[in-house]
Amino acid sequence: MTPFTYVRAGNTADALRLGAGGAAVYLGGGTNLVDLMRETVARPGTLVDVTGLSNTIDETDGGGLLIGAAVRNTALAEHRAVRTRYPVLARAILAGASAQIRNMATVGGNLLQRTRCSYFYDTDGSRCNKRAPGTGCDALQGINRNHAILGASAMCVATHPSDMCVALAALDATVHLQGGRGARTMPFTDLHRLPVDHPEIDTVLEPGELITAVELPPLEFAKTSTYRKVRDRASYAFALVSVAAALKLDGDRIEDVRIGLGGVAHKPWRASKAEAHLRHGPATEQAFRAAALAELADAHPLRDNGFKIELVTRTLIAVLGDLAGAAA
Amino acid sequence: MSITVNGSTAQLPIDARVSLLDFLRDHLQLYGSKKGCNQGACGACTVLVDGERILSCLALAVQYEGRKITTVEGLAQELNEGNALHALQQAFIDHDGMQCGFCTPGQICSAIGMATEAKRGVPSYVSGDLAADVILTRDELQERMSGNLCRCGAYNGIIDAIRETLSAEGVE
Repeated sequence: MTPFTYVRAGNTADALRLGAGGAAVYLGGGTNLVDLMRETVARPGTLVDVTGLSNTIDETDGGGLLIGAAVRNTALAEHRAVRTRYPVLARAILAGASAQIRNMATVGGNLLQRTRCSYFYDTDGSRCNKRAPGTGCDALQGINRNHAILGASAMCVATHPSDMCVALAALDATVHLQGGRGARTMPFTDLHRLPVDHPEIDTVLEPGELITAVELPPLEFAKTSTYRKVRDRASYAFALVSVAAALKLDGDRIEDVRIGLGGVAHKPWRASKAEAHLRHGPATEQAFRAAALAELADAHPLRDNGFKIELVTRTLIAVLGDLAGAAA
Repeated sequence: MSITVNGSTAQLPIDARVSLLDFLRDHLQLYGSKKGCNQGACGACTVLVDGERILSCLALAVQYEGRKITTVEGLAQELNEGNALHALQQAFIDHDGMQCGFCTPGQICSAIGMATEAKRGVPSYVSGDLAADVILTRDELQERMSGNLCRCGAYNGIIDAIRETLSAEGVE
């Protein structure tokens, strides 16, 4: 591990001042960053520990929730309002990592964790445009079973590893940011980038900008929502694919629906095309399959991951079928 | 900068790179917590921080200034001045909850943290109703303990040991 300076931020202004230098990185639970530093993928000069900042979950005036960026993953998943009003979020968090890691990891850190593409981690032997821009991508012609089928580029086919983020994408969450030029908010789905020509940049955050909170809007029908993760073993593994969904029926028609997909792209994937296909239509297996096909029409499978197209389709059908049964 | 480990105060290292695991093993000579993968994949380094289970290999020691750490060495000690094993340690012996024993300190610390989470009502991915009271079925225990690998495959004995201890405490 490259030597670094460790400092603890006492408040947000403190954090922004300490984080303003180009070599500074904000530290949450460290469950990803410490590993990246040990592998020398990350070499920050200063770690600014922000786990002492906003760690509360508060009701908003509009009936949503404001979640401090330093809230631990376990604390968010066990919060009564999250379990009852946004079960998709609680279940997505609980599908991720292990209990020990969820006890350490923060909400902000979960958003900013980096891909687990093995070529990204292999500092000694592999080319990776995300780790070393311009060197090439060994995943493209390599072992790419876990890689992206949507939104990838010739520069990078990595996937975003988070489960929690897939639920946040489906729930129309908003991210609260603080930076040198003040505070701003943005839709959660705008935070992460597609790789295009610069896969080394994961998000649209400005240098030194800090995530302070994630806001969930009121979404009454999110009480009928769930998250399903398909992986190589029953627990404690990253997703091959995952589906976050919320469903509202009006009789046997779909009044409204939210869908997020994980394990398929460089960012948590909001399945807007599938949603548009389903809205005001019948809640049938045929319609669910057609919606999946609409979303996956632009999919570009690689050598090893073509199975993800059928796996996403089947998982989406299963999840929407379960929710239709629960909503009826 | 100090930290409390198994009831004793210790000075934290000057070098911020030292992980909590290396601090426990190399600085305090507490070799119970094991370095299995050193990358957060195996759970052998699991310790309790203020009663919550974490992975000490992914923790920088300096992050835990002022906190109370309990390792496997501190379990019996905290209960009865070290004169007898913690009930879960005895149950692991009784149920053959190990073969080589390398994962055992992590398994035991993890199970203690897990029981605290269950008592608090934390659901798991396999809980049918996330809002309902926790019932620690075998499926629930397997999911909640999935962060601790056992390459000898002593899982059945491990789960039996945890079930026996929890039912004696009236958790199940």
